[in-house]
Amino acid sequence: MPKKKKNTPIQKDYQILAKKLEPKRNVALNVIRAFFTGGIICTVSQLLQNIFILYFGFDESQAGNPAIAVLIMLSALLTGLGVYDHIAQWAGAGISVPITGFANSIASAAIEHRSEGYVLGVGGNMFKIAGPVIVFGTFSAFVTAIIKILLKAMGG
Amino acid sequence: MLVGRQSWRFDTRPVILSSAVVGGPFEAQCPLADDFDYFHDDLWLQQDSFEKAEVKLLEHACEKALEKAGLKSQDINFLLSGDLDNQITSSSFAARGLKIPYLGLFGACSTSMEGLALASKIIDNDGANYVMAATASHNAAAEKQFRYPTEYGAQKPPTAQWTVTGAGAVILGREGKGPRIISATIGKVVDLGISDPFNMGAAMAPAAVDTIEVHLNEMNLESDYYDLIATGDLGFTGYSIACELMQKRGIKMDNNRYTDCGILIYGNDPKVFSGASGCACSAAVTYGHFFNRMKRGELKRILIAATGALLSPMSYQQKESIPCIAHAVSIEYIQ
Repeated sequence: MPKKKKNTPIQKDYQILAKKLEPKRNVALNVIRAFFTGGIICTVSQLLQNIFILYFGFDESQAGNPAIAVLIMLSALLTGLGVYDHIAQWAGAGISVPITGFANSIASAAIEHRSEGYVLGVGGNMFKIAGPVIVFGTFSAFVTAIIKILLKAMGG
Repeated sequence: MLVGRQSWRFDTRPVILSSAVVGGPFEAQCPLADDFDYFHDDLWLQQDSFEKAEVKLLEHACEKALEKAGLKSQDINFLLSGDLDNQITSSSFAARGLKIPYLGLFGACSTSMEGLALASKIIDNDGANYVMAATASHNAAAEKQFRYPTEYGAQKPPTAQWTVTGAGAVILGREGKGPRIISATIGKVVDLGISDPFNMGAAMAPAAVDTIEVHLNEMNLESDYYDLIATGDLGFTGYSIACELMQKRGIKMDNNRYTDCGILIYGNDPKVFSGASGCACSAAVTYGHFFNRMKRGELKRILIAATGALLSPMSYQQKESIPCIAHAVSIEYIQ
């Protein structure tokens, strides 16, 4: 990564002026909205999990998977209907941190690049946004596993 | 004639024989809807990609301008056009259909006035009988190119702007009835280190102020010479910064006289956050709204400083700041 360029005094002055005049993100409101939407999504997920345990004979350790699958399908559907991005503008991290955000990032990229064909368009771009999450998720899992093995070997 | 270092005065005063503006479905609801010639109610324009839709928009605006001027595409000597797509394909593909000798321009959202200034210079230098200057932008195509997929749920900050879906075209000639191009100032690239692509207004404001200042100095004018001075697409954030900058630099500017196309086109619609942007923004407002006001006699002399952010998605990822430019064109209509 190249080093960040040093700003000249004129640039610094201007950035202070621009910062002063630009409207700020309403962080407090965003946090509250994210808290409640995130909470609602998790509650729905729990409800789904209970339904799968009660009516479909899943045990507690497995019921999470079909619940997540339902959430993924729902967000992909809402993305396709063009509703998801409007909810996300309102809910922010509340909807993007749960699995819903991951599903949306893949579905939206797939829809967007349909015009470039199935292979190079949909296939090549589907993981444009989700790709880094998978790469670094796998990598950090690997690092964590190594640490765990080392700690065990040291008699931890 | 060259005036100062970077301005042209057009002694023959090329005439805008016709202008046309087309928009998309969202623009049909905007406060300036009456000043558009046509709205497409489908964001795709019955095409199978947003990029093809943008080509259609541009072709449509050009055809409409030809129709209004009573000319055929064979009459036009040159087409000057640009847009925001990679390698300005929208313009080149539209030129393929129109079969007019073509010069492709890239000035991002400043393309409207870049094209108008160059077209005027060609006419003024006896280089053509008729020149067409056009530009287009498409909201979804621009989002796809510069930001995220359109349906991706990223929360936008209040400084974000909304790319106009539309196209504008003008036909310039030597003689006739219509607004006349008096002078133009070509801007320098100005970069004051803003690197947030969701804050284009702040990035472009210094370029706009620089060009307006140079224009007034080189033409030896005060700002009150113009009934209206408009920047291209600074939006609310960039507009307030530009006002402050002008005050700091001692440019006398009446706030009733100075406005911004990015504010005017959608008004206070919260959906567009800080206002509008895109090549079609200054083109639609100038070629539609302002020309209509001139024709009604409400405005006589106007100065349009179209602003452009000259970044690419790659330059942004490589942590470059956003270089910006503004080109100003002075237009007069005295009945």
